[in-house]
Amino acid sequence: MEKSTGKARTNIPDLIFRGITIICAVGIVVIMLAIGIELFRNSLPSIREFGWRFLIDKSWNPVTGEFGAASSIYGTLVSTLIAMIIAVPMGLIIALFLTELSHPIVARIVGSAIELLAAIPSIIYGMWGLFILVPIMQSKVEPWLQNTFGDIPLFGVLFHGPPMGIGMLTAGIILALMILPFITAVTRDVLDMVPPVLKEAGHGFGATMWEVTRLVSMPYGIRGIVGAMFLGLGRAIGETMAVTFVIGNSHTISPSLFESGNSIASAIALEFGEAINDPIFKAVLIELGLILFVITFIFQILAQLWIARLKKHERS
Amino acid sequence: MRTKSLTARRLLDLFIRTLAFASSIIGIIFLIWILWDVALRGFSAMDWNFFTRRTGPFTIEETGMANGIVGTLYITVLATLLGVPIGLLAGIYLSEFGRTHPLSTSVRFFSNILMGTPSILIGVFVYAIIVVPLWGFSGIAGGVALAIIMLPVVARTTEDILALVPNELRESALALGSPAWKMIVQIVFRAARSGLITGVLLAIARVSGETAPLLFTAFNNSHFTYFDTGGPLQYVYDLRQPTANLTVTIFNYAMSPYERWKEQAWAGSLLITGAILFISIIARIFFSGGRTRRV
Repeated sequence: MEKSTGKARTNIPDLIFRGITIICAVGIVVIMLAIGIELFRNSLPSIREFGWRFLIDKSWNPVTGEFGAASSIYGTLVSTLIAMIIAVPMGLIIALFLTELSHPIVARIVGSAIELLAAIPSIIYGMWGLFILVPIMQSKVEPWLQNTFGDIPLFGVLFHGPPMGIGMLTAGIILALMILPFITAVTRDVLDMVPPVLKEAGHGFGATMWEVTRLVSMPYGIRGIVGAMFLGLGRAIGETMAVTFVIGNSHTISPSLFESGNSIASAIALEFGEAINDPIFKAVLIELGLILFVITFIFQILAQLWIARLKKHERS
Repeated sequence: MRTKSLTARRLLDLFIRTLAFASSIIGIIFLIWILWDVALRGFSAMDWNFFTRRTGPFTIEETGMANGIVGTLYITVLATLLGVPIGLLAGIYLSEFGRTHPLSTSVRFFSNILMGTPSILIGVFVYAIIVVPLWGFSGIAGGVALAIIMLPVVARTTEDILALVPNELRESALALGSPAWKMIVQIVFRAARSGLITGVLLAIARVSGETAPLLFTAFNNSHFTYFDTGGPLQYVYDLRQPTANLTVTIFNYAMSPYERWKEQAWAGSLLITGAILFISIIARIFFSGGRTRRV
């Protein structure tokens, strides 16, 4: 490449053009750094006021000016965890269905449908959750869960409290539905890349489909699949609209999954409007944003490093 | 591996097959269910007023989302005008000038991170750099927020697609004495045209359904915000004002307690979903050969 774009014949327009492309490319780095700096700068009043205690304090009272991030962090992590518990196994097994079991035509149709579904805006998932899923959760699913599992010691506490429909569990389910197409599509791509020869060799030994998947395809694609999980996690953790509609938006921490909660993103989306004329409240919300930024940044870096290692591994 | 009876192995296999089949059906049912509700409820709430009248009190029947539709168009166009050229140029750098340069490694790294940054944080960022010091809540701020979301997507897609153009094309152009910029704009771009169009269309589809980054940038407005200067400008939006847009309107309406507004929110959802699916399908028809970028 370097040779073909040669330096010997460099002329002025070329230098200018090249300079412009460099500026644009560096612009992306600058924007990324500026986001971090601005979030930090604008949350300084809150950081000075509350210090590290902010992270573990669960009080939230805009009137008296007491704020803590604990309930938002808790809600973000729990709703994401529920989403991952549902979406990861389901995405994996649907991808398995598409690559191994279904007719190629079915696989193609379902495959493109999944790609399109990944494009549906998250506000649609949130709205559908509020108007369609919440009533069903309230009248059918949550009472059933409560009756079935509510009496089991320790585990049952997850399903205590009045079934409101709105709450952590519903938010997790909506998030799961939202990242399901994404996880399925990436996993399918990974499974598609397993060389047929390897699988055929497995079948030649008399292995069943599941054995070939478990012993040949999975080990071959495990790194790619883990990368897909990281990316799905990154999407779920910062998702705003899908969660805001159904999580209930109360700053509480409760072991029950039926209880309302809030996530960092939903708190910012709903309360920023009220906070605009209150410098401390606004700084608090921006500090929540900073925390979310740091969490996603860490996950993204882990995912990037993982994928980079994967590429190196593939090359060698 | 432990030896198990053939029957046990076959049973396990059958179990997994059934599970896979059932999960696929369940997944597909849920996703069709969502689309079905959006289509059905949206369609029944959609009328002529929806497209021609502006938003208004829930008590008045003759209201629609026309101002939101126009505002979303303007904001998306602004985002495209800002995000696409910068993204394309950054992609050119990554693919044509600095493919192996250390700078490119960090640009790629930060692009990927920027793609994974929650869009609401982009909204907060633009609030801090544009809304507070410059225009207040404004269509411009909304457009900039969407442009920032588009930027890394366009850059990385451009890089991927330009990498598919064979080097011989570049070499022959240069051998004929063409300067590098001409070679890229006239030869490489032409060879990669369909892929680039697809990439740009998918990026537009992706941002046009965004809500979170517009909440406190473009904000909302119950009016059309044309320039009130008279002359030809009166048909152009003044994006320095808070600007109505479909997604934030849908959000506000859906969270409201009023039946009429909820119905309108479904109609808006149908419109935005339909538009996004339409753009995505067109994009795929343009470039059926390649993969789209997800990471």
